[in-house]
Amino acid sequence: MKPQSEMTADRRFSSHKPIAAVLLSILPGLGQLYNRRWIKGILFLVLSFAMLGLLYDFMNIGFWGIYTLGTIPMEDDSRSLLVQGLLSVLVTLFLAVFYVYNLIDAYKDASKLKQGFKFPSVSEGARLTWDRGFPYFMVLPGLFILTFVVIFPLVFMIALAFTNYNMYNSPPAKLLDWVGFENFTVLFTDPSWRSSLISVLSWTIIWTFVSTTLQIAVAMGLAVMVNDARVKFKKLIRTIFILPWAVPSFVTILIFAAMFNDGFGAINRELLAPFGISIPWLSDPTWSRISIIMIQVWLGFPFVFALFSGVLQSVSKDWYEAAEVDGGSRWDKFRHITLPHVMYATAPLLIMQYAGNFNNFNVIYLFNEGGPPVRGQMAGGTDILISWVYKLTFENNNYKMAAVISIIMGVIVAILALLQFRRSRSFREEKMF
Amino acid sequence: MRKTLKNRLELTGIYLIVLLMFLIISYPLLWTISLSLNPGSSLFSSSLIPENWSFVHYNWLFNDPSSNYLLWYKNTLFVATITSIASVVVVAFVAFAFSRYEFVGRKYGIYSFLLLQMFPVLMGMVAIYLLLNTVGLLDSLWGLVIIYIGGGLPMNAFLVKGYFDTIPRDLDESAKIDGAGHFRIFFQILLPLAKPIIAVVALFNFMSPFMDFLLPRIILRSPEKFTLALGLFNFINDKFANNFTRFAAGAVLIAVPIAIVFLFLQRYLISGLADGATKG
Repeated sequence: MKPQSEMTADRRFSSHKPIAAVLLSILPGLGQLYNRRWIKGILFLVLSFAMLGLLYDFMNIGFWGIYTLGTIPMEDDSRSLLVQGLLSVLVTLFLAVFYVYNLIDAYKDASKLKQGFKFPSVSEGARLTWDRGFPYFMVLPGLFILTFVVIFPLVFMIALAFTNYNMYNSPPAKLLDWVGFENFTVLFTDPSWRSSLISVLSWTIIWTFVSTTLQIAVAMGLAVMVNDARVKFKKLIRTIFILPWAVPSFVTILIFAAMFNDGFGAINRELLAPFGISIPWLSDPTWSRISIIMIQVWLGFPFVFALFSGVLQSVSKDWYEAAEVDGGSRWDKFRHITLPHVMYATAPLLIMQYAGNFNNFNVIYLFNEGGPPVRGQMAGGTDILISWVYKLTFENNNYKMAAVISIIMGVIVAILALLQFRRSRSFREEKMF
Repeated sequence: MRKTLKNRLELTGIYLIVLLMFLIISYPLLWTISLSLNPGSSLFSSSLIPENWSFVHYNWLFNDPSSNYLLWYKNTLFVATITSIASVVVVAFVAFAFSRYEFVGRKYGIYSFLLLQMFPVLMGMVAIYLLLNTVGLLDSLWGLVIIYIGGGLPMNAFLVKGYFDTIPRDLDESAKIDGAGHFRIFFQILLPLAKPIIAVVALFNFMSPFMDFLLPRIILRSPEKFTLALGLFNFINDKFANNFTRFAAGAVLIAVPIAIVFLFLQRYLISGLADGATKG
């Protein structure tokens, strides 16, 4: 804060009108000039004219484009018009923020001037801006990249769900049109789409739940066992248990795919042949699902194991000793000390494991490309939502339906994220005590 | 007497289970190594213990004129180095702001980072493809670099922010009183103390281009621009000339160094993740 003497030093502008400054600032900069803030005013004026001049054409086409998606086939490419349109909307949002800031700024400066507040000199003003703006400057580069690589593509994807973009109707030869919720209606009412959706969705849920839970259970069992005081070579055992996590997963999944091969895979040839069994791992949907869950447990338990091992070592020995004095059995100790402690410390990460498997494209696609095919269905027997989206996009070029299914996925992921927030927040509140 | 017997049985049981796990873990890994040493090219003839060992596939990768392996290695190193350096800079800035400053949108910024980290980049693939196409970065390693930086940003920023939060604020408060500016506090106080997490973020960003085949598959078209993972994937994805043993040889050469680095670093990652998740 400024010292009191400076605040009351100047009474020349006691009839200055903040409202007038705001009204003048409808053209950004004028209000600032009225406030006698010359440099800021000129900067704002120049900036807004420059923006208008530079972006007018781009945004004009952009808004026209996002509304019509083009009018002349072969000449207008609906996709680039959509990109330009969405960018225009983004830019407009940014400009709107600037504009509102400009109005508020004019008002604030005017009321300060009216009270006789003396403004800092130019160099001091620059220093103040730097100070206050510092966190924004730091976040800006990251925000910029994030906007273009993550946020913009998601928005674009949402927009595609409301168009008729597929293989038969694709730019530049054809124009796209907005079709409202038609794609959603088709997905939920057309019998073959609906049955595909129901079977993929239910398998996705089973897959996420079973593979992740199994992963956690195996990790928990092993972590408790290895943590037993009598076990020797703990470090070596832990290192080896972490190996499946350390090897790049695309390598191991492809190797597994070869090993599970029906005809010449090592599992059928080396492990099961002596018993006279041969299992159709890749060509039967149920066996495919079983093998894929086993592979995911192999791939995924080490991370959870490492996590649990770390937490287990931090559980105080006194608690167990106290439980022993009370005559608690080993199961009691696990049930009432180990389990709650470990779960409490790792819950957010475990929820992330569920989200990770929900989106686990690599395992599904690399193992069997989502196959085997199922009769009367558009998706394969082991396809989960994300691999189905990939197939619809890159194999069938059915972009509109891929986008619709992506939105459904997004909603589910957001629900998981919400759970995660609540966990993290409850954690923070716990920590305050 | 009965107690020691029970004790011994239990311990044997534990060791048996550990041994079983060892077998389950090592079977596919050993199988890969033996595959890479098999002279043939298909899965038919290969067995866990090769009849005649040979380094013919390794030799092919490095010495055959039609092999792009070294070129792919160079591409991957390029992508990995730039991704790693740029990520660390961008991420550290973001984490610094989120950890040390109060500003409008901070709280929602953290939440949206948490949310975005759960969306796979794959969901916006079509848009990324079109966007890169418009700016002419399709089939270019730079395009790949940008996507990697952006895609990993929320997760990485979260990790580093969690670590920054554990560094006492008193340190920078007192530096501020002594007249240190924002950047000075950042570079001379926070960064040196946050070296472990910075190293982890740098390394994981360095390693991910070695492991990811999907993004390169969508973005890169010409074989001389491939990264290792994509090139190797194509060894077996080729319907007419799949070469599993060659893939295995190339895979062993990436997997071994990555696994070694990983085993050294995993405990930092675990503690970083745990801190980030519980304190976010």
